[in-house]
Amino acid sequence: MSGTILRYTLAERVVHWIAAIIYCYVLATGLAFYSPHLYWIATVLGGAPTSRFWHPWMALAFFAALLWMLRAWLADMRITPADRAWGREMNRYVRNEDEHLPPIDRFNLGQKYFFWVMLWAGAVLLLSGLVLWIPERIPWSLRILRPAAILLHVSSALVTIGAFIIHVYMGTAVVRGGFTSIIRGEVSPAWAKQHHRLWYHRVTGR
Amino acid sequence: MSASPLGIQKISGHAGPVPGQGAQRQQQVAKLIDTTTCIGCKACEVACMEWNELPFRETVFDNTYQTMPDTAWNYWTLIRFNEHPREDGPFQWLMRKDGCMHCADPGCLAACPADGAIVQYQNGIVDFQQDACIGCQYCVTGCPFNIPKFNPGTKKVFKCTLCSDRVAVGLEPACIKACPTGCLHFGTKDDMTALAETRARQLREHSAHANAGVYDPPGVGGTGVIYVLHDITNPEAYGGLPANPRVPWSVRIWKGPLKWLGNLAMIGGLIGVTLHYLRFGPKHAGDDSPGGQA
Repeated sequence: MSGTILRYTLAERVVHWIAAIIYCYVLATGLAFYSPHLYWIATVLGGAPTSRFWHPWMALAFFAALLWMLRAWLADMRITPADRAWGREMNRYVRNEDEHLPPIDRFNLGQKYFFWVMLWAGAVLLLSGLVLWIPERIPWSLRILRPAAILLHVSSALVTIGAFIIHVYMGTAVVRGGFTSIIRGEVSPAWAKQHHRLWYHRVTGR
Repeated sequence: MSASPLGIQKISGHAGPVPGQGAQRQQQVAKLIDTTTCIGCKACEVACMEWNELPFRETVFDNTYQTMPDTAWNYWTLIRFNEHPREDGPFQWLMRKDGCMHCADPGCLAACPADGAIVQYQNGIVDFQQDACIGCQYCVTGCPFNIPKFNPGTKKVFKCTLCSDRVAVGLEPACIKACPTGCLHFGTKDDMTALAETRARQLREHSAHANAGVYDPPGVGGTGVIYVLHDITNPEAYGGLPANPRVPWSVRIWKGPLKWLGNLAMIGGLIGVTLHYLRFGPKHAGDDSPGGQA
């Protein structure tokens, strides 16, 4: 479409949606094991033994997607002085008073926090999940790792759930155009100028 | 064995009430293992394998009596042979029949997320129901005695059932029936406790075992398998019997406060974003060009 700006390449969109779908699967099966009241989710997803089998394998794929995004977006995800200036005015962003916000680059501070929270919580989930995957292989002398892994796994999963709720809400309901951009990859110049002015200047040269 | 005639007391991973809870009068049962009269003959191990029709495992030989290094998914009871150097010089043979302790407060059941995979009968027996087991092995984490064992082939966890099928029809467990020295006893928990205390007192008063005592650890609410030990002050000498076993505190936190905090946070988050939308609504991109605010 003429006049639009490419915000996400096809590869970025594909990996984002791979990560999103896998996260939803791992979240759903994880919630099934988290609470007896949600155990029915595992039944819906093919049975609890099946869910237990695929949950860790899918989680590995999710982490691989995270690593791809880290490689692709590392430069864009570094927190800059512009972000800190924006962060000081974040309450205005929450109240939709965007005209008072300092300009920012490709991602805002919230998006960057979301990225780093998912990456680090994902790393904790991966390491603790390895223990939960094969607890019998953990030597009896290192058995403290087993209950520690449970606490770390549940706590970091809850952190990602909080981040995930906000991410989906912002990307679909609040920032109109955001959802389209991660599907078709394009945004309008006005959208880019309003939400990511420094990025708009950088990519358009205007 | 959901068809078991035994009444059910607790069910793992179960939402809502426990069917039949408290509807029957059943006495607590217990197995008493008197380590002071065990001769290490392994008849209990063979009887267990025969009654439960467990496949054979390869044995190992490392110049000790310990021809099986540990219990396994198909080897539920095992005599642990320990040569214990006494403080006054000579070696002492400590032989302990290891296996599920059938805790009154079972850590395996507390940790299990699968509805009905672990049940505690009203008589105190803790039993795994492999039909409902999902192979997550949280029970391995919850158990302070290192008892549940995973079968990687079927992805199910197994352990001693205290022969719940035999007990349900009024028989004693197979290991009890096979013991040639009478070191194994089975009956009500009250009777077994009284017998164990009598034996421990006899040892203290009429033998050199001044520290003899009964192992019935309160940290897991007492157990359905109790030991008479020559030296109650040093259970670790009996092949790593924990001095003060407890359900891991992290399992308690996970199944208690962390669950409630997590539920509050998740539901609070959903309510929070809904309220935010009602109060502030969407952001407008200031024009209606393609890809912008629709």
